[in-house]
Amino acid sequence: MLASYIPVLIFIIVALLLPVVGLGVGRLLRPYKPSASKLMPYECGVDPEGDARDRFSVRFYVIAILFVIFDVETIFLFPWAVIYDQLALFGFIEMVIFLGILLVGYFYVWKKGALEWV
Amino acid sequence: MDSVFIISYVVIPLLKIAVIVLILSGAIAYLTLLERKVIAHIQVRLGPMRVGWHGLLQPIADGLKFILKEDIVPSRADALVFTLAPIISLVPAFVVFSVIPFGPPGMLEGVLRWALSPFFSPETVQSIVESGSVSGGFVTDINIAVLFVLSVSSVGILGIILAGWASNSKYPLLGALRSSAQMVSYEVALGFSIIGVLLIARSLSLVEIVQKQQQDQLWYIFVQPVAFVLFFICGMAETNRLPFDLPEAETELVGGFHTEYSGFRFALFFMAEYASMITASAMATTLFLGGWLPPFPSVPAFSFLHLVPPVIWFLLKVFLLLYIFIWVRGTLPRFRFDQLMKYGWKVFFPVALGNVLVSAGVLLRFI
Repeated sequence: MLASYIPVLIFIIVALLLPVVGLGVGRLLRPYKPSASKLMPYECGVDPEGDARDRFSVRFYVIAILFVIFDVETIFLFPWAVIYDQLALFGFIEMVIFLGILLVGYFYVWKKGALEWV
Repeated sequence: MDSVFIISYVVIPLLKIAVIVLILSGAIAYLTLLERKVIAHIQVRLGPMRVGWHGLLQPIADGLKFILKEDIVPSRADALVFTLAPIISLVPAFVVFSVIPFGPPGMLEGVLRWALSPFFSPETVQSIVESGSVSGGFVTDINIAVLFVLSVSSVGILGIILAGWASNSKYPLLGALRSSAQMVSYEVALGFSIIGVLLIARSLSLVEIVQKQQQDQLWYIFVQPVAFVLFFICGMAETNRLPFDLPEAETELVGGFHTEYSGFRFALFFMAEYASMITASAMATTLFLGGWLPPFPSVPAFSFLHLVPPVIWFLLKVFLLLYIFIWVRGTLPRFRFDQLMKYGWKVFFPVALGNVLVSAGVLLRFI
């Protein structure tokens, strides 16, 4: 069974060749004339002000945490869906309870305003 | 390892991969031309006309230009990560095609027998043809293909975040943050919309999902229409296409995460975006539109549709979905970022969840 992953490995190697060969061939062909203003970060023509890696909105962290929780929930549903015909009513009730807990969290997050952006 | 094993798991897959990568690169190049042409005609323009007949050589000219242009690494950037980011973005977008079924199992059996028989004994040929997924219209058939596609295509997000961070410039960083927030938000609804199909197909192998659609005698779009619409919309958001192309909103963020990229590295990001468009269309085709099956696979009156090779049916459906991608771009304006997050979490997520519960409830009557 593991042998069916060998082609995936080969595919990764072939897919890596494409950008590596492209960049390599390009290096031989393209010009290289750097200058101070050409290498400056783009900021609509003015000199860059401060460092770009500054603080950013905390909402991005909230979204990241929500993603981890809800995406893991999705992964739990995959095996459940595949053997749903064997679980039948038991599986249905079990999943309603599982999703019920998820929904409580979801409405809590909604009421807390974590899904509002502005 | 014996020669049968090497031929059936290394040599023949390698040939298939080479064909797929070549066709995919060509398809990406001509998809850009198709997009420019269709958008132009929607806006009552002509689009590219100069290079070749009706601009048919335009993608080749563009490719040459990308290779010949100077490749600038900004002085403040992290050079190593800056180089790696486009590669991390492109490779997963291609690797996903290792599990997508273009045609049914056994499709290449005749060709393989013909090609191998001059070199090997009949018994060897027989064992090669019968091993693994050698004779199928796909590179490999793994039993967790759906999870494989979801997880591998998520790796592309890392490339975008790294690009934004490595550039050390304000617009790319903002674009990368937006992009990752958007992609992870829509991935949740995307995962939920697939579960509706899995409930009916009861398999995670893409080949088996198509075969189940043949057994059940209908495409799953007819039993899971809501899931299909959700999947397609979330696919659009995942691939950063209009109306969800906030990460590269030109009017606010210049080029988004690839503002600092030029030359061939920019081309790599571009190719990754178009490759994931093709992936999204191919996945939608496989899960909802019956993959390589013709329309009405079991109705005798339409049996003449089986005369068209399965691969052609698959490519036709993918092309149709790609056309819709472009059509939507030419028709709809861009969302605002707060609207985008609102739709992802407050509309698509509950609808997807409801769809799973309703489907599971209705299915109880059939098992």
